[in-house]
Amino acid sequence: MARAVTTRRKLVFTILGWSIGFLIFFPILWTFLTSFKTEGAAVATPPQFLLFDWTLENYHEVQSRSDYGKHVMNSIVISVGSTLLGLVLAIPAAWAMAFSPTKRTKDILMWMLSTKMMPSVGVLVPLYLIFRDWGLLDSRLGLVAVLTMINLPIIVWMLYTYFKEIPGEILEAARMDGASLMKEIVYVLTPMAIPGIASTMLLNIILAWNEAFWTLNLTAANAAPLTAFIASYSSPEGLFWAKLSAASTMAIAPILIMGWFSQKQLVRGLTLGAVK
Amino acid sequence: MFKRTLLLSAVSVVAMVSFAHAETLTIATVNNGDMVRMQKLADDFTKKNPDIKLEWVTLEENILRQRVTTDIATKGGQYDVMTIGTYEVPIWAKQGWLLPLDGLGADYDKADLLPSISDAVSVDGKLYASPFYGESAMVMYRKDLAEKAGVTIPEKPTWDQIADAARKMTDKSTETYGICLRGKAGWGENMALLTATANSFGARWFDEKWAPQFDQPEWKKALTFYVDLMKEAGPAGASSNGFNENLALFQTGKCGIWIDATVAASFVTNPKESKVADKVGYALFPTGGVENYGNWLWAWNLGIPAGTKKAEAAQKFVSWATDKAYTELVASKEGWANVPPGTRTSLYANPEYQKAAPFAKITLDAMTAANTSKPTVKPVPYTGGQFVAIPEFQGIGTAVGQQFSAALAGSVTVDQALQSAQALTTREMTKGGYIK
Repeated sequence: MARAVTTRRKLVFTILGWSIGFLIFFPILWTFLTSFKTEGAAVATPPQFLLFDWTLENYHEVQSRSDYGKHVMNSIVISVGSTLLGLVLAIPAAWAMAFSPTKRTKDILMWMLSTKMMPSVGVLVPLYLIFRDWGLLDSRLGLVAVLTMINLPIIVWMLYTYFKEIPGEILEAARMDGASLMKEIVYVLTPMAIPGIASTMLLNIILAWNEAFWTLNLTAANAAPLTAFIASYSSPEGLFWAKLSAASTMAIAPILIMGWFSQKQLVRGLTLGAVK
Repeated sequence: MFKRTLLLSAVSVVAMVSFAHAETLTIATVNNGDMVRMQKLADDFTKKNPDIKLEWVTLEENILRQRVTTDIATKGGQYDVMTIGTYEVPIWAKQGWLLPLDGLGADYDKADLLPSISDAVSVDGKLYASPFYGESAMVMYRKDLAEKAGVTIPEKPTWDQIADAARKMTDKSTETYGICLRGKAGWGENMALLTATANSFGARWFDEKWAPQFDQPEWKKALTFYVDLMKEAGPAGASSNGFNENLALFQTGKCGIWIDATVAASFVTNPKESKVADKVGYALFPTGGVENYGNWLWAWNLGIPAGTKKAEAAQKFVSWATDKAYTELVASKEGWANVPPGTRTSLYANPEYQKAAPFAKITLDAMTAANTSKPTVKPVPYTGGQFVAIPEFQGIGTAVGQQFSAALAGSVTVDQALQSAQALTTREMTKGGYIK
């Protein structure tokens, strides 16, 4: 017998849910508010919540000092490019592991994940030298390649989990009907795994968007994405919180909006298989 | 058809020729006020040199350091001009990573550079980076609070005088703290202040044979003094305060005394940002029983990596950004108070600058008092001042800084912190081959 959900219980959970949500969202809200303060107000003690002199000065300053459009474009190309390239490589890989496993499949999956366990800085110098010799330093192409490699294990793992949910019999039936391997993957498997692929894609775009080690270390002026844009507003000598907050707000705005519109897809994908 | 092909070829040849002529310099820099101003005024350079284009890469200090170190060590050639500190210049020059600046032009008056700064960026008499702005450290204090507390701070104070004044100025009921000092761990954060303080107490990092000296009484005296004073007269949570946190505290009237980089003076006297702009007095870095004013000396300099293919254009830019004409350019556009300080003798002789910057004289005195080739009274095998100019110092300094920050926070005692510092420094120096 299902337990009756009383109105009071509902109210308590609603308040609790909203409170936790607000708590998690608070740092972003605070960044947003700080971006409208003067540098003095940004560091004032006690902190000022809403009652301060709102100003657009920081946005103006950030606009005049940096080429925001260029950084956004670089971020889009790098994050979308690396995710798409990653999917092209990972879908066949995940198919093989899910539907045609060998006794080494688990080991290979583990091995792929183990590459994520090494601190990035450990391979900085070798990779930097390769990039230098191939002329890939400060190029979008180079960053797309690096971020694809970095996120590939996660893409393969996520897709593998989703593909495992799809009954192999359906693919068998397609094969019985004479579908080639390519057709099986493109016309049968992929459409069925769309929610999973979509959430993998969204998550990886977010990961690539926020990646701040390689994007800072392998770029200079041309391919620098929004991470470099933010990093340029921190200062060792002089107050910078308000300007940094303005830059951060501008940097997270596109991805936040994308996340907002695709949250249904994202949540469905992430919880797929969790509840049956 | 033939005509069109001919025309197209002609256009592309012209395009290629003009393309080959326009050189682009990539300049890596930190996001400090003076650097940002340089970026804004760079039109003046590109107008005078229409064949040179400028691309700016501005980064946070630690990211910049990591980024340019990787590039210069691998000869990546990503940057043509780099902003580097006085810590890097001698180390990098000895590695052959920097080009000597011998083509700065006739207008670049090398003899006008402040001798202490010029020494800090030269190796074997050759200039390897051109100073853009320089700083030492000094005491900044609230004249009104000192008067209220009935204390006077002389121009050359001792640490005891500072401590006495700080204790008397403290009024915790109004959240007014007598003294604000750096506590945040890092070789360029608390260790800059503590190394300078230790110098002024006669302590040294290493003896002539590179043996660490944290087990010596001078270090114990300096660190005990610092921790005790901060506990009594410092703000709560001081172990996470760096330059900017203390700047904010001082500007909002919460600190009686702040001892930090001289460049802070231009911030705390700026009425737009500071509530105490007209109440600030200055004094030299305190002494602790020996004739030593901490020897704090830092400059942000423009250097040219050996891997660049545009050395000539890069030298032109460095010369433009650091010669006397640039000072005048800033003064004409933004006023004398905004001129990059601490590099040229002529600036301090300029009556207009003296009028606009009340802290000019004390800054010059502090910088003149600093001697990077003899950081402390006892003999040492290293140069430096608030740092030790060896490549290992970034790592060791930060690790020691964490111990001292913990001592300030009260999670370890001063003795424990010094013991750990001694042990870890001995280990690293042995690993580095300094201690045989």
